[in-house]
Amino acid sequence: MIEQILTASVFASTIRLATPYILAGLGETFSQRSGVLNLGVDGVMLMGAFFAFYTALITGSAVLGVIAALGVGLILGLATAFISVTLKAEQGISGIGIYLFGLGMSELLFQQWIGTPKSVTGFPDIFIPGLSDIEFLGIGEIFFQHNILVYVAFLLIPLSSFVLNHTTLGLMIRAVGQNPQAADAMGVNVTRVRYATVAFCGVMAALAGASLSIALLKVFQQNLTSGLGFIAVALVYFGRWRPYGILAGALLFSFVNAVQLQISAIGLDVPSEFAVMAPYVITIIALVFASKQTEKPTALTRPFERGE
Amino acid sequence: MSKIRFSAVLVVLVLLTGILSAVHAQDDVFRVAAVAPSATTDLAFSQSMFDALTLIQAEMGEDMFQFDFQDGTFIVDDAAVALREWAASGEYDLVIAHGSQYGTIIQELAPEFPEVSFAWGTDVNTFGLPNVFAYTAAAEQGGFINGAVAASLTESNVIGVVGPIEVGDAKLYVDGFKVGVAFVNADINVLVTYIQSFSDVTLATEAANAHIANGADILTGSAQMVVGPIAVAVEEEALWFGTQSSQADLAATSGVLFQVYRWDVILNDMIASIQGGTLGGESYVLTLENGGLEMQISEAAEMEEEAMEVLQSTIEDYATQIVSGDIVILPEAEATPEPQATEEAGS
Repeated sequence: MIEQILTASVFASTIRLATPYILAGLGETFSQRSGVLNLGVDGVMLMGAFFAFYTALITGSAVLGVIAALGVGLILGLATAFISVTLKAEQGISGIGIYLFGLGMSELLFQQWIGTPKSVTGFPDIFIPGLSDIEFLGIGEIFFQHNILVYVAFLLIPLSSFVLNHTTLGLMIRAVGQNPQAADAMGVNVTRVRYATVAFCGVMAALAGASLSIALLKVFQQNLTSGLGFIAVALVYFGRWRPYGILAGALLFSFVNAVQLQISAIGLDVPSEFAVMAPYVITIIALVFASKQTEKPTALTRPFERGE
Repeated sequence: MSKIRFSAVLVVLVLLTGILSAVHAQDDVFRVAAVAPSATTDLAFSQSMFDALTLIQAEMGEDMFQFDFQDGTFIVDDAAVALREWAASGEYDLVIAHGSQYGTIIQELAPEFPEVSFAWGTDVNTFGLPNVFAYTAAAEQGGFINGAVAASLTESNVIGVVGPIEVGDAKLYVDGFKVGVAFVNADINVLVTYIQSFSDVTLATEAANAHIANGADILTGSAQMVVGPIAVAVEEEALWFGTQSSQADLAATSGVLFQVYRWDVILNDMIASIQGGTLGGESYVLTLENGGLEMQISEAAEMEEEAMEVLQSTIEDYATQIVSGDIVILPEAEATPEPQATEEAGS
């Protein structure tokens, strides 16, 4: 029975499902490491998903779709930074505002500009030569038969980890998130760093949205993300603000999801309600254990006031 | 002189009042307001009602029929606000709550506004209230036909079904589909996944991918999240069978057959009842017999004329047997309930 459940396609599905969580989660990690909680991720994902889809639909180019999504993500990221950093608004509330804006605006634009669900060609799967053919344990199918945004997401993990832990920029981000006053005294421009990380968070959230609408699903519908962005925020806590921790969380959540779909598909007698609940229950349990060893940025959600 | 002026003004006022009253009396525009849980472009449940109201408006004319439609009100409290405002305004002849989650609100509002006619679905329960219509769809009927046709087309003998939550017309459709498949070939393996969401396109897409990975060459599903599975069917060159609304445009060459809800059939009855002074107390069921369920072959399927005729004939044959009772799809306890008419019906 285990062979029936743990097939190569289930692991490949895990990789696909994890992609938007990784992209959005990495962006949120940078934002939170600098001290800014961004709860608007899901709204930015929706806007990114819409603009990527719409651009791909009218131009026929998925690459242009990604560029459009990145542009929208940057704008919304800067808007979030303006609200959270410059205006010093309460970050949780303003994040919800950004989410509601993205939800409503993407829905409105979809109705006005597209009208009815359509599909786009989007990014095709890329079979990596020499690797996608590996049949041993289904490695080829699991790791090397995906669209380009899947590869990008997984390559960004070591890159993000390197930037955060081994570069001056990473040091500044962490310093700003731990003790902004001290960082300021050392000559770090706290406002500029926070603007950069929150803008980056917006860009990554929009890319996560694009990974849904023009790569994984190749369709757009109102509220396409179904709250996926909020799970990505939870995975940042789960991952203890570390890129590899986010990878672990995203893979765990996606794996349990893929397994429950497979269990259902092969007709095992497990109530679907329990199966669907499983990913969330396991994530909550893992979150409880993870939070005991928390490495939360000390200045998270605290606006920076010079001289405080 | 001033008395003459006063009398003249009085006469003018009386005349104006009379004219305005006459104009108001002649305002026989039938006004409907409706809430629905998802978008009017969901290719599923909400769109089916929006399309029906649009069709009625086209038939009756905009000067005789007008409607307001608030979509995306999956949150019941949001819908409740709209429903109450519409009922309180007194401007609408019929207020529709298109979603089974709205039943409790209607049960509360209808006694509060006895002069307003309400309709809700999918259910057949009018709560014994004289100003409530209830409606549902015998989705298992089209489900059976879809299943039987799918069974005759599958080459892998594996068919995948992506359902939302195991309730209401979605469950009836899936149950009917499974019976239809077994009716033709009991050896065919029907893989069913309920993703416990009406809107999670990502999960629905991966459920469809799981079915394809397990050998399915035909997919079907219900609710607005089917846009994901349809995209999978198109990409994997599997066949797609739909329900609630036509998804032919999105499914392109993968689309085969769609069970379309024609709510206009029962809405026309409701409108006639309300215009005749009966505000509710009756329930309706869309069936193949009353034309409320329509089986539409996809025009994009690029079938040859001969194959199309065979398919049409097969569909009609099944429909005839279902209507006559020769084919009993589900046991009575599991099938769509019969319509109800309460004794208190009428206003």
